Amino acid sequence: MTKQMQGGAAPSNAGAKNPVLEVKDLCVSYGKVEALTDASLTVGEGQIVTVIGPNGAGKTTMLSAIMGVLGSRGQVAFDGSVEGVPEVERMVARGMTLVPEKRELFGEMSVEDNLVLGAFQRYRMGKRDHAQTLEEVYALFPRLKERRDQHAGTMSGGERQMLAVGRALMAKPKLLMLDEPSLGLAPLIVREIFRIIGELRRRGVSILLVEQNARAALQVADYAYVLETGQIAMQGPAHELADDPRVIEAYLGLGGKHQAMLST
Amino acid sequence: MRADRLVLGAFLALLLLVPAILSPYYVTLLNYIGLYAMVALGLVLLTGVGGLTSFGQAAFVGLGAYTTAALTTATDLPGWLAWAGTSPWLTLVVGLLLTAVVAMLIGSLTLKLSGHFLPLGTIAWGISLYFLFGTMESLGGHTGISGIPAIGLLGWTLDEGGEIYYLIWAFLLVAMLTTHNLLDSREGRAIRALKGGRIMAEAMGVDTSRSRMVIFVIAALLACASGWLYAHMQRFVNPTPFGVHIGIEYLFMAVVGGAGYVWGAIVGAGVITVLKQWLQNWLPSLLGATGNFETIVFGLLMVLVLHRAREGLWPILKKLVPVRAVRKTIDADAEPLPRRTLPKAGELILEAKDVTRKFGGLVANNNMSLEVRAGEILALIGPNGAGKSTMFNQISGVDTPTSGEVLFLGKPVAGHDSREIARMGMSRTFQHVKLLPTMSVLENVAIGAHLRSDKGVLSSAWRLDRAEEARILKEAARQIERVGLAEHMYEEAGSLALGQQRILEIARALCADPCLLLLDEPAAGLRFKEKEALGELLKKLRAEGMATLIVEHDMDFVMSLVDRVVVMEFGQKIAEGLPDEVQQNPAVLEAYLGGVE
Amino acid sequence: MDMAIALILSQDGITNGAIYALLALALVLVFAVTRVIFIQQGEFVAYGALTLAMMQSGVLPATVWMLVVMGALVTVLDGGLALKAGQGRRAASVAGWNLGYPLALAAAVGGLAVNELPLAVQVLLTLAIVVPMGPMMYRLMYQPIASAPVLVLLIVSVALHIAMVGLGLLFFGAEGQRTPAFSEFSLELGPLMVSAQTLWVLMVSVLLIVALYQFFERTLYGKALRATAINRVGAQLMGISPTLAGKLTFFLAAFIGALSGVLIAPITTIYYDTGFLIGLKGFVAAIIGGLASYPLAAMGAIAVGLLESFASFWASAYKEVIVFTLIIPVLLWRSLCSHHVEEEE
Repeated sequence: MTKQMQGGAAPSNAGAKNPVLEVKDLCVSYGKVEALTDASLTVGEGQIVTVIGPNGAGKTTMLSAIMGVLGSRGQVAFDGSVEGVPEVERMVARGMTLVPEKRELFGEMSVEDNLVLGAFQRYRMGKRDHAQTLEEVYALFPRLKERRDQHAGTMSGGERQMLAVGRALMAKPKLLMLDEPSLGLAPLIVREIFRIIGELRRRGVSILLVEQNARAALQVADYAYVLETGQIAMQGPAHELADDPRVIEAYLGLGGKHQAMLST
Repeated sequence: MRADRLVLGAFLALLLLVPAILSPYYVTLLNYIGLYAMVALGLVLLTGVGGLTSFGQAAFVGLGAYTTAALTTATDLPGWLAWAGTSPWLTLVVGLLLTAVVAMLIGSLTLKLSGHFLPLGTIAWGISLYFLFGTMESLGGHTGISGIPAIGLLGWTLDEGGEIYYLIWAFLLVAMLTTHNLLDSREGRAIRALKGGRIMAEAMGVDTSRSRMVIFVIAALLACASGWLYAHMQRFVNPTPFGVHIGIEYLFMAVVGGAGYVWGAIVGAGVITVLKQWLQNWLPSLLGATGNFETIVFGLLMVLVLHRAREGLWPILKKLVPVRAVRKTIDADAEPLPRRTLPKAGELILEAKDVTRKFGGLVANNNMSLEVRAGEILALIGPNGAGKSTMFNQISGVDTPTSGEVLFLGKPVAGHDSREIARMGMSRTFQHVKLLPTMSVLENVAIGAHLRSDKGVLSSAWRLDRAEEARILKEAARQIERVGLAEHMYEEAGSLALGQQRILEIARALCADPCLLLLDEPAAGLRFKEKEALGELLKKLRAEGMATLIVEHDMDFVMSLVDRVVVMEFGQKIAEGLPDEVQQNPAVLEAYLGGVE
Repeated sequence: MDMAIALILSQDGITNGAIYALLALALVLVFAVTRVIFIQQGEFVAYGALTLAMMQSGVLPATVWMLVVMGALVTVLDGGLALKAGQGRRAASVAGWNLGYPLALAAAVGGLAVNELPLAVQVLLTLAIVVPMGPMMYRLMYQPIASAPVLVLLIVSVALHIAMVGLGLLFFGAEGQRTPAFSEFSLELGPLMVSAQTLWVLMVSVLLIVALYQFFERTLYGKALRATAINRVGAQLMGISPTLAGKLTFFLAAFIGALSGVLIAPITTIYYDTGFLIGLKGFVAAIIGGLASYPLAAMGAIAVGLLESFASFWASAYKEVIVFTLIIPVLLWRSLCSHHVEEEE
């Protein structure tokens, strides 16, 4: 049964054992405009949790606030301890990484330098194992190894996304947050990205996935939240939400007349 | 009488009485404050309002002072220049002209570049001029020029501090009044858009490089006039007061007083001047050494102000005085602004032919073609990252295609800047809303009418623009009512909800009287009723013959509104046709919903 | 002018140019990483030179007290934050570096007969006093407003420049200082006598540029700074905090500034306010590089040095005017190349 926020007992991601991330009543404002209102969510260990919703709903804002890139009010508990206001470098040090929507690569640096910088925080804390991590990332993305000396700015969209994910993995995260990983990518590459997301879960990485590719996201995820105009409008196990006509309506803004087509 | 008028009246009365009640020491101090405030006023315009700055204002003061000093004391002027030395009033004109030329020269070198090149350029200029004053023997070298005559006014010789006092403060008050007038006008709105709104202003047809030049030249002229007054007050000039470090002090005055406010200039000049007097007496005895140690205090004070009260002292002082913002009135009888004749329905307005845009290895648009006709709404849809925004940039002339071309009314868009495109009749909104958050909704929308009016800086400064201004405001109000924001007309634009800010952008675009409207996700963040109203508005515009291109995500909104749809994915067109056809297209459904089978 | 004079002028020009090149590199670096226009670079040059001069005359350099005061402020701010967050160990480490170190240094410099120490030790002590002021200055003055517009950061720099010049007058007095040359020999190259100090300047400059290159190309911290300059958000997401990058950059800039001061102190007489003009010439070079290109800035610096040297021969009174007018054609060229309108940060 899909749970609605309106009234009743607060629904929750009950399947989450040992929550890695627990967000409570997170609010973000841009000047006088509130972009995110009292958003709460939980990611359990080894879970893939997805947040879907229309453009401008506040998905990216939410990830940025959790990561500490944006200031926020509310509570973020990560890996067992509560952060007052998250601070990026501290979150990275504690095992959270974000692959942002715009990738934010270092365009005039080589692929390998981009990757190695992903391990910067670990290196700083004295864990100098980046050479080995690099080989693991190369094993996951052989394409990156072929292009290791090329500048990141010269790569195609799919390669850039692989590099962004690979760079995030260099930090050996406990929680990987992906913002629209399929954005602008061809189906073959999207499939590849989602295959890797599944593979990472098998390795014990918890994943918080923000996606506009709703069907793919709901297929791969365990639990899902629907964000609308800055608020969590719906949540539930992903396979239940995938069958809920209201999700399709809320997400795509399609009227009832299209639902017949979509259910095929 | 309103409280603010009362305060102003009391202030002016007090100013008038000063020479009668205060000792000459304080009159002299006030003379300096007036002179400095005039320079700081220029920096208010340049730095606080325009987001630029100059460390070379002292050099412009020097230019004004040295011009009059050299001309009025010279005994052997060449014949063609002899007229200039006969009266200080003539040398003022010469100084202002010279300053304007120099400022335009420096401006044309630096103002097209990023904002930090102007201050760096002015440091170099300030140093160069300072050394020139010091080394040129015809200007007296480091000893300077003495024997400068006093200014004569209507048979009255202003040779005492208490006399020139009135001239200095009259100059300052006139400068403040004209600056205030200028900021509240068509040109003023363009100037206020320079800080944080350049891209938007350019898209509305404002030549922001010109506006930057205008405020830089005005700031320089104010400095020059201050220098002229200084020379005739002191009756002597040498290079010391015109060095770069004094230029920096002027900037401190503006920032400490409140760089965004006309009155901040007086406050800042007053505080810094008095503080300097006091510190110069007190610090050397405290530190047991002689020197300009006040700079230590000034420097640290400045950092403190920028950390703790970046707006300066004036906003804090203002709270103590009961001053209310005056609401603009809309003159219902004002004549409407002239309108463009819209093309006939069905006429080809916009045509994109095989547009390809590559960024490094990334192909963002691949062979995209589309056309929009008058009286038609075309939707460009596609999943996030499909390349819609890139396509929008090619069409609006923000970016240039790698190959292919975009024709607007038969003329290529490439090679024209945003302003020319706006003038041709294309008007746009922005995906990430671009407005001036502290300006009212009315003034934000009025920027849209920039190209439909032409009153310039001088008419604005002397209030000769009021008839046109009334027409602009009436048009802006009309568009605001049209889009349904009438109840928010006088609110700060930044306080509107995001959806309303998008609607404001449409009103602003309409205020330009376009024949093609480019809307970037106008329905995002709108509530159901607002979307309905927006749909009705767009239909009405279509009936009037407007061509509209709309990039949108909300399928429900798009499908019930538009005439034709172009669907993009991976930078390419995957479908085109009537809304019903497109909705049946399996490729479109796949693109929108995705899948991992 | 004959060949011999031309050679001497060129030698002077290249020597000064090498110093301007170092300063220009630091200015470009600081701007790229932090968006700060480092106007007070020149004061670090003067502080370096004059601190060394004071040590050599057997006086305790007052700059050491400035370091103590700055360190105490940092300790109050950062230590307070750490204590509030319950991080006692971090607070202790903050206090150790920012309070313990300056006090220990003050005790060492005050206790030793510094004027009798070997030159190398004096130079090291000078750097130990002046260089840490760089990161401390970043912490106190820039970190609280790190995201402010470039214009605001620029005004802060100018304010600090003014304050540092005033403090320089207080610390060192109005008298100029010239330190003895590092070594006394000179090299005869045909008609040209190359002094030891010239060789020192050139050698140290080249070594430093090579070392910086290695730092940016080979080490992770160097790459982290480059990454911050290329993409601030991306770098932050890797855990490279703007604060760390800022302090590191200011450390390098202060090091380059103070070392340049030590190097030129035997060549020119340095006054408390000499640094400004030296720093500005570095700026002219940096502007030639568009505040972005390191090689262009370095070449620009040599050009500035040569122009200055030849101008002082032909029209010495107008030397500064000529050097600062050089930026006009540069700006003109840049202005002609620039078409797009950009939003100021």
